[in-house]
Amino acid sequence: MERDRKLRVLIAKPGLDGHDRGARVIARGFRDAGFEVIYTGVHQTPEQIVSAAIQEDVDLVGLSCLSGAHLYLFSEVARQLKASGAGAITVIGGGIIPEEDIPRLKKAGIKNVFLPGTTIDEIIDWTRQNVPPHRHASFSRKKVK
Amino acid sequence: MFDQKTLTDARQGLKKWEAAVTQSTPDLLAKKRLSTISDLLIHPIYTPDDIRDLDFDRDIGYPGSFPFTRGCQASGYRGRVWTFRMFSGLGTAEDTNHRWHQLLKEGETGLSTAFDFPTLMGYDSDSPKSRAEVGKCGVAIDTLADMEILTSDIPLDKVTTSMTINPPASVLWAMYLVAAEKQGVSWDGVGGTIQNDMLKEFIAQKTFMCPPEPSIRLISDTIEFGTHHVPRWNTISISGYHIREAGATAVQELAFTLADGIAYVQDAIQRKKLDVDAFAPRLSFFFDAHMDFFEEIAKFRAARRMWAKIMRDRFKAKNPRSWWLRFHTQTAGCSLTHQQPYNNIVRTATEALAAVLGGTQSLHTNSFDEEFALPTEFAATIALRTQEILAEETGVINTLDPLAGSYYVEALTSRIEDEAGRYIKQIDDMGGMLAAIDRGFPQREIANAAYRFKKQVDNQEKIVVGVNRYVAEEETPIEMLKIDERVEAEQVKRLRDIKMSRDNRMVAKTLNDLRAACRSDANVMPHVIEAVRALATEQEICDVYREVFGEYRDPGFF
Repeated sequence: MERDRKLRVLIAKPGLDGHDRGARVIARGFRDAGFEVIYTGVHQTPEQIVSAAIQEDVDLVGLSCLSGAHLYLFSEVARQLKASGAGAITVIGGGIIPEEDIPRLKKAGIKNVFLPGTTIDEIIDWTRQNVPPHRHASFSRKKVK
Repeated sequence: MFDQKTLTDARQGLKKWEAAVTQSTPDLLAKKRLSTISDLLIHPIYTPDDIRDLDFDRDIGYPGSFPFTRGCQASGYRGRVWTFRMFSGLGTAEDTNHRWHQLLKEGETGLSTAFDFPTLMGYDSDSPKSRAEVGKCGVAIDTLADMEILTSDIPLDKVTTSMTINPPASVLWAMYLVAAEKQGVSWDGVGGTIQNDMLKEFIAQKTFMCPPEPSIRLISDTIEFGTHHVPRWNTISISGYHIREAGATAVQELAFTLADGIAYVQDAIQRKKLDVDAFAPRLSFFFDAHMDFFEEIAKFRAARRMWAKIMRDRFKAKNPRSWWLRFHTQTAGCSLTHQQPYNNIVRTATEALAAVLGGTQSLHTNSFDEEFALPTEFAATIALRTQEILAEETGVINTLDPLAGSYYVEALTSRIEDEAGRYIKQIDDMGGMLAAIDRGFPQREIANAAYRFKKQVDNQEKIVVGVNRYVAEEETPIEMLKIDERVEAEQVKRLRDIKMSRDNRMVAKTLNDLRAACRSDANVMPHVIEAVRALATEQEICDVYREVFGEYRDPGFF
């Protein structure tokens, strides 16, 4: 039964960066591929993103940052998700991100980083293979908290 | 433009050509879908028949004459080459001042400021929201003291400075004016531009603070203040660049930009009771130069023609300078690729050439490394040299609007004008740009275009070299600029020191005066200037705006 559930995806823009073209295109790509998509809009704090991820009960959080603040912002989202007992939610990222930063991001809990030039299908395929629905029942969250 | 015989011959000639081509290369006409990067369908060949409705005097004419299709100034680049204006800003005010001196030494002829995100959004470097963003995407400016460092040893009476700043435009402009005054340069002697275009922020760039209505009021305040006190300043740069970069087509870029311009002109006339000819000559524009060479040239030519008609016929402006659409151009950041980054030098050169052939007044050329980080000095110098090579070596500046009369370019110019005109009509019918934004109309149109283009690239219907064709097995790493983490700490310390040493009663008083002005119909600018003089910080001033006008939230269309 659980397997038939549509995966829920939160696309989020942390920080002050307004470059949202990539985020919007990816959000639409997920929606067209049959996922349930929530897009936060720009200028979200890590706290706001974590709270949206938990409230919306998502399986995947996709972060986009083009301002150079990705190391702090992405890591902070992953850290706060864990601290809120929602560490099972997969976090991925994309944007203007130097390759040399990717190992640090992965260490901080970002499962994958997609660089410019990635096709929508590549991201969808990766998601289908790597993102399990994280919860078994909607009340499980309360127990964790 | 042509007599009936020429047109009849052209039609027959075209049929003969098509028959010949169908035999030799059947694919050319039958299979291949030819479209511009904006997906405008185009023909493989153009003839006099495609521009049969054009009238030379009415539609093309001469540079310096209505409708200015061929350029605003009669002398074109023969009179004055475009301004080499490189958008730059990084780290602290000292770091950027150093880069500016370097660029001026290398032949740059105008300055252009890139601020970091906290400054762009009206937050100080010590705000929790600024964490990890200080000095990253541009220079951090918190108070007048930073602005004075930024402009130190720059002759503000000689060099013009453009500032890409929107919600806090009044604040940064006030800082610049006070810094100039302290250099001994009077306000009527300083020249430059503040971007100050909020409508495109709601539509595309998303650097917003207060809701649209009060945002427009603040813009009209700056237009009014500039008209009376800073006559050489362009108080707004009505920008298509960000609209295009968000994924719009060339037609959408042009249409939404001009519709924004219409909204600003209307507001300044209605709210401020200004005579259109008093301020319209100081309106400036800013466009993107993307990869589709002829489409861009046609867009620039159509832009001038459309604005001239809008100002003369719609707003009844009488001064020919009010009819001018003067514009800055930046090559398309979104066309740069992360893959094989040196190829970006070629892309930028091609786009810059389109901007020049389109008659830009001022140009920024992107650096090849901007898909990775802010540009290194090395990369920024190549970008500047690109402009210098175009101006000095290619000969393209010798003849004004050299593509006029090309069947293709003229047909495309008219087509872009028609299609953009239809959008403007649609927006007018909705009740203007504010109403259209409220409905999410331009936002959705752009989102659709961005998605369609991404699909076309993913399907290889549109080719991006190094990304979906001619892919390299292995990428060569390039040198990258890193902003030192010390920048944030240093900037926060400088700000704290200023807050400790300034006269805080004076700060509170000037902010109170500003608050009262915001609540009335008074122009805010004199009060912003007093607050800046008292060393109020950017955020302290913007917090007054937020408090009085409220904050805008992204509706998050996708």
